[in-house]
Amino acid sequence: MGRRPRAVVVVAGLLLLALVPPVAAALAQPFYVDLFRRMMIFAIAALSLDLILGYGGMVSFGHAAYLGIGAYAVGILGFHGIESGLIQWPVAILASALTALVIGAISIRTSGVYFIMITLAFAQMLYYLGISLETYGGDNGMPLRTRSQFGPIDLRNPYAFYYLVLALLVLFLLLGARFVNARFGMVIRAAKSNEPRARAIGFSPYGYRLTAFVIAGGMCGLAGALLANQTEYLTPDFMHWTRSGEIMFMVILGGIGTLFGPVIGAVVLLLLEDVLSAFTAHWQIILGPFLVLVVLFAKRGLFGLVPDAGGRRG
Amino acid sequence: MSVLLVLEQGLNGLQFGVMLFLMAAGLTLVFGIMNLVNLAHGSLYMIGAYLAATFFGWTGSFLLAVALSLLATLVVGIVVELTALRTLYERDHLDQVLATFGLILFFNELIAILWGRAALYTGVPPALAGYIELLPRLRYPTYRAAVILVGLAVALLLYVVVARTRLGMLIRAGASNRTMVGALGVNIRLLYTVVFGAGAALAGLAGLMAGPIYAVQPGMGEQILIQVFVVIVIGGIGSIHGALVGAILVGMVDTLGRAFLRPVLSTVITPTAADAAGPALASILIYVLMAAVLFFRPQGLFPPRG
Repeated sequence: MGRRPRAVVVVAGLLLLALVPPVAAALAQPFYVDLFRRMMIFAIAALSLDLILGYGGMVSFGHAAYLGIGAYAVGILGFHGIESGLIQWPVAILASALTALVIGAISIRTSGVYFIMITLAFAQMLYYLGISLETYGGDNGMPLRTRSQFGPIDLRNPYAFYYLVLALLVLFLLLGARFVNARFGMVIRAAKSNEPRARAIGFSPYGYRLTAFVIAGGMCGLAGALLANQTEYLTPDFMHWTRSGEIMFMVILGGIGTLFGPVIGAVVLLLLEDVLSAFTAHWQIILGPFLVLVVLFAKRGLFGLVPDAGGRRG
Repeated sequence: MSVLLVLEQGLNGLQFGVMLFLMAAGLTLVFGIMNLVNLAHGSLYMIGAYLAATFFGWTGSFLLAVALSLLATLVVGIVVELTALRTLYERDHLDQVLATFGLILFFNELIAILWGRAALYTGVPPALAGYIELLPRLRYPTYRAAVILVGLAVALLLYVVVARTRLGMLIRAGASNRTMVGALGVNIRLLYTVVFGAGAALAGLAGLMAGPIYAVQPGMGEQILIQVFVVIVIGGIGSIHGALVGAILVGMVDTLGRAFLRPVLSTVITPTAADAAGPALASILIYVLMAAVLFFRPQGLFPPRG
């Protein structure tokens, strides 16, 4: 299959995603449009996590917080009558980027296990904050009155919404590729693989790491805005710590430190959940040990099985 | 707001604090010695609570239930260590976090299958049912007072074991240099299993004492686990001393905040605004405390030496 098997997999994968709506229409199974759109939204969230986790070595266990903030931005603005997506989505991105700035500024000063626990604790704090927002549904959450309005692009049309999400996913994959290969991305990766050496050649990693953390937060915030539109409902559960764990598992399952890996991870994990939950209500008793086995024996993930071009290690 | 009410809530804070300490001590020991981040520590707490409730139902004797569930949690802990966690010691933190996250999903679902998802309520044992009069007009539930006493006694016992016995010496040595302890002929694998089992039993103890106070349900372990993380981060990871100070601090701040933040706020801002802001602020208070501590001391209040 040529000399660039990974590129082939990426292009084939995206083409398959583009073919989902017509195939689902032909099979009269509109449910699959919904399912695959959900997968792509989580793929964007997982991709944003991989930028800091896989490339930056920052084990953030609170990534679902930004998903929640993006969703709440859409929900709260909609609640007060502002339904234009041109306002809602930028606010979602800005609000989550700002939150990431505060959380990152504190947590990146630490490292290792402190970093894991602190990001987890802050996400849990936002979860409890969401529960205490009685005006916006508190514990139960609240329905969205309508999906974000984009003038001629009507998100209530499942196909228009689907292709918008796909376009955003492709955009983020392209931006991600630029990000990791730019000077900025190189510094992040250098600081991950050998921090003293990165410092010795004159880079102070803190600012670079924080910037990456904020970018990932904003990106995940947009995924949250999409998720609120997808479910037309928002609940504090978007920010629950198990959600952060799930997003992290998508990254590992698909292939940490690759751009397309998180996409594969999101698709496979959500497909697996869908199949298992049809089979038994107690599907987590299968998913849990599966997760342990993947971590112990298949650390490079599914995309890691595909050989990389040019002998570079991914 | 009377002085007696403040005193009573202060005792509740202390009671929550000692429970946090029982959890934090095990977690911080395991991290200090084996360099393992064990998210499934909360599952052991949950298992302790469920087993105690069940054994109490079967035998009718609280003491017997305590002994049996402690033993059973210890066994579960050792089995988990031998089968799953042992392979994780040499892995990085990301692997440990994810694998133990998988264990949590497994245990929560297992409990849901065996006992159902609905919360289980266990009664206070008859011997500890009443109230004791600590001061004139200050009546405090006997059970909660007993929890405080047990917690403080365990803290003292832990201090004696870690600071004064041969086992404690090995634990401290293991925390500062594992390889060297192994090279000196100590069976480090056995030491790991012993420490992990002890940590599991402490979590089980916290869980079985929690039964009559909080709701026993799947996922209860993670609720407290994340608060225990806050405790450990504040106290300094790997330090038992720090765990104790952090636990009491978090227990107090959380309990007093929930009890008094709203009335205090309503003297400053309007009562309706205080009704809205009070509970929200109270629920995030310990995280704000953590952020403040980290801002000044990124390694926590009592970073372990070495």
